[in-house]
Amino acid sequence: MRYLFNRLVHMILVLWVVGTVLFFMFRIMPGTPLAAFIDQTTTAEQQQALIAQFGLDKSLGEQYWLFLVNLSQGDLGQSFFFKKPVVDIVLEVLPNTLILTLASLVIAYVFGILAGAWLAWKRGSWIEGVGIPLALTTRAAPEFWLGMVMLAVFAFQFGWFPAGGANASGAAWDSEWQRIFSLDYLSHLALPTLTLAIYLQGLPLLLMRSNMLEVLQEEFITMGKMKGLSTRTIVLRHAARNALLPVATAFALGVGSAVGGNVVVETVFSWPGIGRLLVNAVSASDYPLAQGAFLIITAVLIVMNFIADITYQLLDPRVRVATTA
Amino acid sequence: MQRPPDTAAAATLPLRPRRRLLPATGRVLSAVIEVPRRDRYALAGVIIYAIFILVAVFADRLVTHDPLEMLFTPDYELARNLAPDGTFWLGTTYSGRDIFSQLVMGSRSALIVGLTAALSVVSIGTVVGLVSGFFGGWADTILMRLADIALGIPFLPFVIVLAAFLEPSQWNVVFGIALLLWPNTARVIRAQVMSLRERAFVEAARVTGAGPWHILFVHIAPNVLALSFLYASVAVGWAILTEASISFLGFGPSDTVSWGYMLQDAYASQALGRGQFYWFVPPGLCIVAVVVAGFLISRGYEEVMFPKLKG
Repeated sequence: MRYLFNRLVHMILVLWVVGTVLFFMFRIMPGTPLAAFIDQTTTAEQQQALIAQFGLDKSLGEQYWLFLVNLSQGDLGQSFFFKKPVVDIVLEVLPNTLILTLASLVIAYVFGILAGAWLAWKRGSWIEGVGIPLALTTRAAPEFWLGMVMLAVFAFQFGWFPAGGANASGAAWDSEWQRIFSLDYLSHLALPTLTLAIYLQGLPLLLMRSNMLEVLQEEFITMGKMKGLSTRTIVLRHAARNALLPVATAFALGVGSAVGGNVVVETVFSWPGIGRLLVNAVSASDYPLAQGAFLIITAVLIVMNFIADITYQLLDPRVRVATTA
Repeated sequence: MQRPPDTAAAATLPLRPRRRLLPATGRVLSAVIEVPRRDRYALAGVIIYAIFILVAVFADRLVTHDPLEMLFTPDYELARNLAPDGTFWLGTTYSGRDIFSQLVMGSRSALIVGLTAALSVVSIGTVVGLVSGFFGGWADTILMRLADIALGIPFLPFVIVLAAFLEPSQWNVVFGIALLLWPNTARVIRAQVMSLRERAFVEAARVTGAGPWHILFVHIAPNVLALSFLYASVAVGWAILTEASISFLGFGPSDTVSWGYMLQDAYASQALGRGQFYWFVPPGLCIVAVVVAGFLISRGYEEVMFPKLKG
């Protein structure tokens, strides 16, 4: 309990530090923050009204205090560009990001775990000699470049998939669920998911392989062999289950870091997610929106790190004993 | 692949610390040369690095055109989107620039970003790890809290905001990487130092009257140099990948040719729709090759020098 409490305090601390750093970074940025938004036609009075509306006439200290108070109430301010609450805009695109992230992570981990276990099994053979450099190569390829190649081949050359976005324009749905489960949405989802999955599968693959190799050296495996269990039973029931522990942790960590790392893939495929929102907001110097999107990404990352910690302790009693003792 | 058994590695590369600075440093150096000879993967990595560095150094002699100059055909038309031929080995871009020359020049910015970022990450990480692990106490608590915070910040979004905040330049990427990626190195070095400081040779140095800083930097530091090197070879790849992503998203400098800049240019000029594979495939392959080389080298070192260590 005490541990949980400490972790929670720590999470809030990190969020506060990130929020503060962001707040001051955007405020010291060169140029007036409303530059993107004020054009030639706005009069001086209108400008003053806008500045007052966004609270920019107050002192920096006052603004910071307001920011913290609003943040603690879940209010991330108004977007300069969309003139809507940041929370609404972010919540609108967040499901797209989460669906993309989870779909690609699940594919990546199912494939990675199976392939990793298989590579551990084939240790010393030519399959390992080809498999490992191949896995390393997929991790070394920039995600956006992979996406570009996919687009050029599957969307433009063959025309199998749409070239970007999440839905064909002009389409209407009765509910959010219907939209997500429509064939149109899924066909838009396919290429970005595949791109991310190719990039993400390397980690579980290599992790699973090295864990398997380690677990196969342990005494309970020798014990199993002495009991006369078949290799199949040993590998699947005893070795793989134990080797899965760190992979499960990596999955939770993966969700957190992928939500932030999706930025480039979302941009390549014009996927309306939070990463693309962040990039557009930064380019348009819409700082309340950029700040809000960044904070949400950070929150997801921190919460997932926390969950990773907890699952590890739940799954592996040895760690639990060590931390409570 | 032949994985070296633990015993063979331990016999030829003793991790047993010695008292003098020179032998320890010499051992690291000999390991740097020894590993590629023993591990085929590491050798491949070293060869890729060597080619990459050579190309970067002699880039201005290897280019066939000025990478940023708009070129014209003999009949005074803009050399736009030409397919590869004898003059333009990889064709030309939408704005009539030579792709091969850009590719060659791009190695230079990749090398600069990669090396400076790796150097800064690893030096910060090593110093923090050394101090934190050796002194413990409040210094350790503060530094490790900072490390936790740095790890809690989403990396790429942070570099994007940083790049927008500062003037567009490739140093933003180096700066962002230095700020956020040191904790990984620091944690591993810290753990290593915590075990080293209990060894007899540290006690021996203390008895002979050596001060704590002397012990830390003269006796302990050389023993973790190999680990730092391991992390540096991965950091080079990270830096190049990050630089490419930032340039691709349009936050890079527009006057420096890098592989990320080329990919951004290709994407924005709709090279994908025209199927100009000769434009956007080579820069990506170059990035893959250099990053993989870093992975292969670090992997080779890890297996030969730290058979027990899993990173």
